[in-house]
Amino acid sequence: MGLVRLRIPLAITFVAGVVLIVQFFIPSHPSMKLYAASQAWLRIIGAFAAVLGVGSILKTHLERVQRAHQQWPFSTLTLAGLFVTATLGIGWGVQPDSPADWIFKNIYTPLDATIFSLLAFYVATAAYRTFRVRTMEAGLLLTGAVLVMFGRVALGEMIQPHLVPQSLEWLFTFPAAAAKRGILLGIVLGVTATSLRIILGIERGYLGAE
Amino acid sequence: MVRPTSIRWKRGGPTLALIVALAMCAVAWGQGQLPRPPSSLQVVDTPNDDGTSLTLAWDKSPDDGAGARNVTGYAVFRVPPRGKRVLIGRPPAGATGFADVKLKAGQAYSYEVEALSAAGPSAAAVGGPAAPTEQWYHRGRTNVLVGIVIVFGLVAFNILRAQRGAQLYVRPIAGLEAVDDAVGRATEMGRAILYVPGLTGISDIATIMGMIILGRVARRTAEYETKLLVPCNDPIVMSAAREIVHEAYLEQGKPDLFDPDSVYFVTDAQFGYAAAVGGLMVRERPAANFFMGGFFAESLILAETGAAIGAIQIAGTDQDTQLPFFITACDYTLMGEELYAATAYLSQQPRLLGSLKGQDWCKIVIMALVLTGAVLALFGAAWFRALFQVQ
Repeated sequence: MGLVRLRIPLAITFVAGVVLIVQFFIPSHPSMKLYAASQAWLRIIGAFAAVLGVGSILKTHLERVQRAHQQWPFSTLTLAGLFVTATLGIGWGVQPDSPADWIFKNIYTPLDATIFSLLAFYVATAAYRTFRVRTMEAGLLLTGAVLVMFGRVALGEMIQPHLVPQSLEWLFTFPAAAAKRGILLGIVLGVTATSLRIILGIERGYLGAE
Repeated sequence: MVRPTSIRWKRGGPTLALIVALAMCAVAWGQGQLPRPPSSLQVVDTPNDDGTSLTLAWDKSPDDGAGARNVTGYAVFRVPPRGKRVLIGRPPAGATGFADVKLKAGQAYSYEVEALSAAGPSAAAVGGPAAPTEQWYHRGRTNVLVGIVIVFGLVAFNILRAQRGAQLYVRPIAGLEAVDDAVGRATEMGRAILYVPGLTGISDIATIMGMIILGRVARRTAEYETKLLVPCNDPIVMSAAREIVHEAYLEQGKPDLFDPDSVYFVTDAQFGYAAAVGGLMVRERPAANFFMGGFFAESLILAETGAAIGAIQIAGTDQDTQLPFFITACDYTLMGEELYAATAYLSQQPRLLGSLKGQDWCKIVIMALVLTGAVLALFGAAWFRALFQVQ
């Protein structure tokens, strides 16, 4: 990989990384302006990325329709949804009570909620598989899960008014919180070290290099 | 006939005097109900800012808290060199400070603060003039600078150690050992490999690590000529992923096998993406699923659907809230920092292994600090904890 595909991106990464690290420690007006400009550029790049996304959708689904792919009716529906929503949004705006807003409230939101609600069933199936006690760890997991389930419903207090809620409180406050903080500490260190590697050019895999 | 004024005074004088006296008593009584003003008003430049803020501090009015002249709040005024003063804030009762923002650096400002009550405002406490100035170093973040220097120093030291030939031990990570096995399984079964790079953008470290692991998986799929599918949630991630996969196929000398449409954008809607990927899994029935990156509520939908079709699943994320779902539904899970260790572990490059070891040394430092802080907290030493607060 040569100058354009490797060296220049590494140089840009290094300069941008160092500048923004130094900026964090300088509260002056020029520094704040630089930070605001960098955030604005990120938003601009994100907006242009939407063009890439639409282009990808059009290419993928138009090809499926043209080649009469097995799933071509769904690709037709996707393209129709894209064109109709974009036309209504551009032509009539996206303010409340606009046609695009109607589509969002009456089609998109219910579909979104439908997929989200699948989680309830998936949690049940995952729990059924996980809580079969075959190892000590699975047994501990099952004990904790039973405690949490009883503690979260009125039945737990009916069984034992003090022990169940207090046990649940202890479980969340001490072992669970401690484990979570341990994981978070590792994540924070990993982010810091990985960011340093990327800024210094030690990590290059994201550019396709070895 | 005009009466002399002295005669008018003799008749109306006592009444008039009584009225005036009563009025003066009323005023005096009313003023006696007004609160006493705040005192010791100081106006100073707000530290560690860009020169657009001044901080006011005062001692509360003696009537703040109780009594017939109880203070209900304060009124803060900015007093220009010429013209009327401007009300800029109404802090509540009990307040002893106020920050005035959006000022001009270098320009002097004066202020007045009055205590307010039901009877009216007190006399004004006057402060200033003072001019805000910008600082070129944020002293409140010195602890962050020290932390960065320590982390950088430990990482750099271990990179140098590794480059000089030191043998650095890294414990086996089952999820990473299984990457090649998963690709081999899919090749043997003649089915595709599904790679999901997560739902966070390219600026997220987990996504970058996901891209790096994608490169390794793509090299294997190019080598074994296995179909690879990479549905993306973000257009920029899609562009990066496509380049990485293309580069992997070029490296393996099989550019004609690269299908650009295998890396495509689906949607940036969270559950729309989950539905699309779930449908893809059910239709294509991939033999191996990789979930590498940042995930949210859709993680269980993806993992459970993959488990239902019988695929071997390797997940890696730094979202601690989603780890339990992946651990439950996937065969292997890379938890947090294990995802970040992937490149070093898979490539075994000295520089990368050295940085991994440096991370571990930083963990030892943090453990020591946590223990020290816990012991000091037992003896009531709050100053140690204050060292780590970031402004």
